[in-house]
Amino acid sequence: MGFYFAQLLTGLANASSLFLIASGLSIIFGVTRIVNFAHGSFYMVGAYLAYTLVTLWSGSILGFWVSVILAAMIVGVIGLIIELTILRRIYHAPELFQLVATFGVVLIFQDGTLAIWGAEDLLGPRAPGLDSAVRIMGEPIPEYDLALIAIGPVVLLAIWLLFHKTRWGVLVRAATQDREMVGALGVNQAWLFSAAFVLGSFLAGLGGALQIPREAVSLQMDLSIIGEAFVVVVIGGMGSVSGAFVAAVLISVLNAFAILIFPQISIVLPFIIMAIVLIFRPHGLFGKPGSEKGAPEEPDQPLALMDQKSAMVLMAALLVLALSPLLTADFTSVLMVDVMVATLFAVSLHFMMGVGGMVSFGHAAYFGVGAYGAAMAVKFLGLGMISAMLFGPVCAAMAALFFGWFCVRLSGVYLAMLTLAAAQILWGVTFQWQRFTGGDDGILGVWPAKWASSDKVYFYIAFVLCVGGILALRRVAFSPFGYILRGIRDSQTRAESIGIDTRFHQWMGFVLAGGFAGLAGVVFAFSKGSVFPDSLGIALSIDGLIMVLLGGIHALAGPILGAGAFVLIEDWVTRLDYWRFIFGAIILIVVLVAPDGIAGGIQRLLRGLKGGRA
Amino acid sequence: MLDVKNLGAWYGRAQILNGVSLSVGKNEVVALMGRNGAGKSTTMKSIMGLVRHIDGTIRYAEREVQRNTPHVICRLGMGYVPEDRRIFGDLTIEENLEVGRREPRPDAPEWTQEHLFDLFPNLAERRKNLGKQLSGGEQQMLTIARTLMGNPKLVLLDEPSEGIAPVIVEQMARVIAELKREGLSVLISEQNLHFARIVSDRAYIIEKGEMRFEGSFTDLDENPEISNTYLAV
Repeated sequence: MGFYFAQLLTGLANASSLFLIASGLSIIFGVTRIVNFAHGSFYMVGAYLAYTLVTLWSGSILGFWVSVILAAMIVGVIGLIIELTILRRIYHAPELFQLVATFGVVLIFQDGTLAIWGAEDLLGPRAPGLDSAVRIMGEPIPEYDLALIAIGPVVLLAIWLLFHKTRWGVLVRAATQDREMVGALGVNQAWLFSAAFVLGSFLAGLGGALQIPREAVSLQMDLSIIGEAFVVVVIGGMGSVSGAFVAAVLISVLNAFAILIFPQISIVLPFIIMAIVLIFRPHGLFGKPGSEKGAPEEPDQPLALMDQKSAMVLMAALLVLALSPLLTADFTSVLMVDVMVATLFAVSLHFMMGVGGMVSFGHAAYFGVGAYGAAMAVKFLGLGMISAMLFGPVCAAMAALFFGWFCVRLSGVYLAMLTLAAAQILWGVTFQWQRFTGGDDGILGVWPAKWASSDKVYFYIAFVLCVGGILALRRVAFSPFGYILRGIRDSQTRAESIGIDTRFHQWMGFVLAGGFAGLAGVVFAFSKGSVFPDSLGIALSIDGLIMVLLGGIHALAGPILGAGAFVLIEDWVTRLDYWRFIFGAIILIVVLVAPDGIAGGIQRLLRGLKGGRA
Repeated sequence: MLDVKNLGAWYGRAQILNGVSLSVGKNEVVALMGRNGAGKSTTMKSIMGLVRHIDGTIRYAEREVQRNTPHVICRLGMGYVPEDRRIFGDLTIEENLEVGRREPRPDAPEWTQEHLFDLFPNLAERRKNLGKQLSGGEQQMLTIARTLMGNPKLVLLDEPSEGIAPVIVEQMARVIAELKREGLSVLISEQNLHFARIVSDRAYIIEKGEMRFEGSFTDLDENPEISNTYLAV
């Protein structure tokens, strides 16, 4: 009995820090509608700052707590600077575009932290005055855990008082429901957004700072927490602080017990819980309908058919690409295969997001299932290259058929989060199911058939599959099915009221996008000769998002430009020291120069040139 | 007081308003009439700075405001009451009013919560209730009261009589009369000729984003074909 009680207390202590970071994320999303990927970075920086400050004032009780608060405050200031210099300029960009900027911030922070604190994990001192354990029902419980258990509700109470007893808090709650109306009532939104961002980053910093007596400070802290924090926010309901508290407790306590029964489940458990909650409550436990919506936005522009000039440019580019193996070295062909794979992947994601109006944070799942499907077909079924290449996309489409059925029941950020959950569950299974998938070691020896084994020949196989896939998706976008999808994207109610089965069409769109992502995965698997769990990982999903958003979600050429730029720039910068910093800075520059994406930026540039001549 | 010249407005590539001009004088109640989709609400939103893509000039309080954000325009003493009310459903009535509260200004009547509760007695009884618990009529009262908390000189009232019970419409007419008595100017959008005639001094008629008529209600009565063409359903 005592043992289980101790386990419960550990769960509650974990819940406190998870709540701190998730509540900050929820407040930021509620007011600004920014999906802040940099929130994990704030948490990490909070921990590093606290480590430095605590070591400076070592030993004193007051010093410890002052350090923790100070670290959180510094993180709040960092958040303010990011809001003022970057995010404030792009609030009017298309929905979710700000996410790209926050991802740039993640990269910059990773290398910034590496440069300042080094790559070694840092083990902070224990909290003075709370450094021993007390016995409760015979089990030793760290005093610090008890302090954390108290801190969570105290912070919840403080936020509640702030939100209900101050004018600022009332304004924040009003803005969470209708920011535009708050502006029309004379409240300076920009100032409100900054303040919400400061509070949110302060809470993330506090969560990180409070972790130092419990775990080593490391460079992996940012991405390890962000997934779970999103899950908590979504389960609680976007924008709801008390929801975040309940969800944090739910997840942490269930996790504390689940690892006793089935240890492998702990990486995917939060995502399974989220999937279950979202199926029954599509807006989370305490979320309101409408809370999933991003910024109010101008209606989408109709997709334009390409004019003759652009079509000629495209044909010329394709011709150059087709001839490139004859003129260049092998490694260029290999790089070009990477570009084509990324482009098909991005185009399939764009089909889902831009045409289908369904944002996915987990599109890599179908890429990975395609890749694994092909690899396992070779390994276990003994299929040849061609049949394996057919088998992979079918597997991906089947996976999309299964998960898509659940996802299309939701919309907005909740849908995106459920796709993320699906991807994490698939990733977890792949990672843990050593016997079947090889786990972390992946599956090796997935080589093309003999006749296709030279880089140049394989280039042409990839060319046919990827360019063919892109053209096919483009064709569908302009078919009646594509028109229906876009109609649903622009107004689900109106589409429904003219007799369209919106869910079914979205579901089929989901499956199609998944199948083509699987095709990209298959081409990828045979070009590398192996597959690893990374190919379903969250990092690849985010890469895809960045490609689509950076390229410009409102243009069919967007994902093509985005993927090309992304892979080529990444290929170039990863050879440099501190490449993440450089890459992040490049992303931020593109974001600030072209808030409508690369495609929009080029269009404006061309119009400007024409205007200049006239 | 308010002088709009050649206002054009776009949503995406679709042009909604095309060269709309209108003016509202001091302490005047002006009706902007037209059918659903004629451009009344877009005109109101454009004046308030809520439509991003507009052209033309909007002069208010001796300055051009067409490039200003809504909060700046509001602080110049313009109040906006949206057609769909946009009550903060999770906030109490008192909190809704608090969001609208601005400092008093010398050239406009000052409204306090208590003063507004006198004007809207139903709200006083339910001051601790959440916005979403109110009836449609109560919400309509609250959205007006919330805007008045900003002590405006000019109120843009978008379709106040839409979708509420006749007895509340009567109350609404009394409120507008009270606003005029307090010295405010009001631009009110309306589909209902009868209601507009009761509360306002003169009228504009808009159709397909263009102004079709400007004048007094006597002018309208003398030319019934105008209201038949542009207002009759």
